[in-house]
Order: sequence, then C-alpha cells, then structure tokens
Amino acid sequence: MALRTIVSRKTLAALGSGLRAEARLAASRGLVTFSLPDLPYDYGALEPAISAEIMQLHHQKHHQTYVTNYNKALEQLEDAMAKGDALAVVKLQSAIKFNGGGHINHSIFWKNLSPIREGGGEPPKGSLGWAIDTDLGSMEALVQRMNAEGAALQGSGWVWLGLDKDFKKLVVETTANQDPLVTKGANLVPLIGIDVWEHAYYLQYKNVKPDYLKNIWKVINWKYASEVYEKECH
Amino acid sequence: MGSFSLHASCLAKHNLPWSNGCSQNLNSLRIPALRGPGFLSRKASKILAFYGLKSPPYALDALEPYMSKRLLETHWGEHHHGYVEGLNKQLEKNDILYSYTLDELVKVTYNNGNPLPEFNNAAQVWNHDFFWESMQPGGGGMPELGLLQQIEKDFGSFTNFKEKFIEASLSLFGSGWVWLVLKRQEKRLEVVKTSNAVNPIAWDDIPLMSLDTWEHAYYQDYKHDRGKYVNAFMNHLVSWHVVTARIIRAEAFVNLGEPKIPVA
Repeated sequence: MALRTIVSRKTLAALGSGLRAEARLAASRGLVTFSLPDLPYDYGALEPAISAEIMQLHHQKHHQTYVTNYNKALEQLEDAMAKGDALAVVKLQSAIKFNGGGHINHSIFWKNLSPIREGGGEPPKGSLGWAIDTDLGSMEALVQRMNAEGAALQGSGWVWLGLDKDFKKLVVETTANQDPLVTKGANLVPLIGIDVWEHAYYLQYKNVKPDYLKNIWKVINWKYASEVYEKECH
Repeated sequence: MGSFSLHASCLAKHNLPWSNGCSQNLNSLRIPALRGPGFLSRKASKILAFYGLKSPPYALDALEPYMSKRLLETHWGEHHHGYVEGLNKQLEKNDILYSYTLDELVKVTYNNGNPLPEFNNAAQVWNHDFFWESMQPGGGGMPELGLLQQIEKDFGSFTNFKEKFIEASLSLFGSGWVWLVLKRQEKRLEVVKTSNAVNPIAWDDIPLMSLDTWEHAYYQDYKHDRGKYVNAFMNHLVSWHVVTARIIRAEAFVNLGEPKIPVA
C-alpha cells in the first residue's frame, strides 16, 4: 500500500543544546520523523459533499495533531529503548497505536477522496469493478453495507473496504478509534476508508451520520482504490 | 434517572417473569380496570414509551457562553433524544429488560464487559442525564467543606485533582467520558476514563461528576480544541453543589472514616 509520507532526518545541528546524551545519540542514529502530507486538492474542492471548513480543520488540526503526537511518542520510545526501560516501552504502545494509526489512516483517507471534476464518485472499471460484483454482490450492495456498518459503529472509528491479499477477496470491516485495518487481519490491505469520527462530518451534518455516508460516495476516488487493488492482485 | 411510564395494557400481551410465562394467569387475576371496558383486551394499544427525555435542570441557553444554546439543542435534542428513542424501540422487543430501573438496566446490559445491544442506548441515556445535572450556570470554582477535604485527602490538593482530571480528558483516545468517582472498595475518590458509553456504575463504583468527551459534546463551540472545552467546564460549568449532594448520599453506602466527635 503506497503510503506517501514526507520524512526528514533530524540532524545534530537542528537539536538544541539542552539535550541529554541519550537523545543526542538517538538523533545521530537518525530518528525518522513524520510530517503532514499535502492534500492533492483544495480544501473547498470536495464541496458540497464535504465542506471546506471541515476539510481544513480535519487536515490542519486533527491530522496534524496525530503527526505531532506520533513524533513525540516515537522520540519517547527511542529514549525508553536506549535506556532499556521495558515498562516505559510498553506504556507508550497505546499512544503509538493511536497517533500512528491516526496518521496512517488519514494519509489514506485524503487519497480516497477526489473532486468530482477529477473523477471523484466515478465507479471503478476493470478488475476492481468485477471483484466488487463477485465478492460483494454489486456496487449498490457494497455502498449499502458500508453505510450500514458506518452508521451502526458506536463511538469513533473507521469503515473499510479492504482486500484480503491471501484469499484475493474483498472484505468490509470496521475498526475502532484509530486502529488501522491490519488490526483486523495482517493480510488485509485498505482500499477505501471512511472516517466516521464525529469530527469528520459534525460541522456540516451534525448528528445525521447517515447523510454524510450517503454523500461521501460522490467524492470517493475509485482510481486510487483500483491502483492499489491491481498492484496486489496482478 | 429518566421517567418510567408503562402502558398497563402490555401486561396482557407480554409474559412477565413471575407469571410462569402463561398469560392465562393474568387474565384470571381480576386486575381492576383502570380505563374503560376491554382494558385488558389484546386489541389494546401498544406500548408508547418506557423512558422519557429528561430536561437539563436549566434553560438551554443558561450555560452560555461556555456551552452554547445551539450546541445543547443538538446534544440534548438530537443525540440524547436519539438514545432515548433507540432504547425505547429496543425495549419494545424485549420482555425481560423493561422491568428494570435505568440503573439496573445499565448494569445488566453491561453484562460484565460483554455488552448486550441495549447497553449503548441505556448507558448513554444514564450518562447524559447525569452529565446535564453535573453542570450549572455559574459553575466552576471550588468545592467546600467535607468534599474539599476528601479531595485534598485523596489527591493531595484541589489543584492536583484538577490537573489529573484535565490530563485524563486530553489523553482519552476516541469517544468517552471522564469521571470523578468514589471507589466503593477502596473508599477513595479517583479520576476515571471510560470509552464510548461505559459507566462506573457497571462495576459498582459511585460517580460524582462527569465530563462528556465525545466530539459532539464540544465540536460546535470549540471545534478540535478539547483543551479549551475542558477548561471551560472546570472553571465555569461543573456544579460542586451537585457533587456535594452526591457524595453526601454516597456516604450512606461507603464509610469514609470516623466522624470527628469532640471529646468533652
């Protein structure tokens, strides 16, 4: 799965003078940090399905926070590992899963969407289209199933169209909070993820999550999903 | 929590736990007619509601500017209302569950961590009733007297407690609630985080105050800034009067120490 992250290496020169020896050592080994990927379209390009206000907050505030906190957690992990602090390493796992998952999931999400004039909403042709009909019945059935699961999801989470790459079959799954799709199966590759956290739709749809789910299909980028599918299933 | 209204004609339709599952017994019980003739007939009207939507103890604009009327209209009028309606619809289909009080319903449907489908709605109705009552216009400030002493005993200082509560609210991943609870076994106050609809009464602790950290609880007013929301809650909304009343009641069940009786 193509995860386009822009990574940078922290150099010693960039670090402040007040660092402990261990942190400096970690940095000299090259702690990879992550940064917020750019959107391939303007904030307003997905209107009226998703408002510009939501896109901006979602990208600049929510996703950015996951990136920032992920980097922080990784630094603390580096520290704890260098010190051999087993307890600290274990305690950091939930922050890494949450923030790292948030970064991974949202990076996929931005690519799952595209403006209507760039093909957003156009159903997939080729092998993915056939696979949807074979494995899930029809496009309508897929949409209905994902919308039902998304609406029924309690709390925060994601609803996914995934590919089981071992069996070469399409699956529909949900994950809680920011758990990536692999938490439901190591052989699952995410094709389309729909964010059903309230921040993804609240300012526009308020509590009417089903309307958000109905409208988001108008801007779903099936081209990207087909690319990923074909790469795994050639 | 919540009002319980039972349309009595359902007695004829449903098998109650004590009736050996045989509605014949009921018809022979000569229950006096509360309405006109044919009261217990099977054609009687269906159940209308089990739980009602309880209003917050203040007007919807009373918490401005810290919690706007617009937010309360959506949070109470749509979300909380939706949980009540959802619960009523589920209870229509389930004979056993509707005989419980809301507290009992929450504990029973929690099912020791393997929740039944009714849990989400039942617990969220309880949680929101409790949350509205945990706030007041002109809230915030500090608790006094015995409650303050207990907080100082269990957290070191009120400031420590406040920091712990805020930290818990900010580090809660996903949707959930942050609680000040009285732990029944340990006989002390603690700050507890729960996910989604989970509620400390499920393991028999006594909640004293709660903060809703689901995004719908603050998004319209504070957008992504949960920190600002939590501070507004602690400084301007939380009702220490209500918490005091709750801990006084809790002390009927949990012995928090010997009273200081002066020696003559």
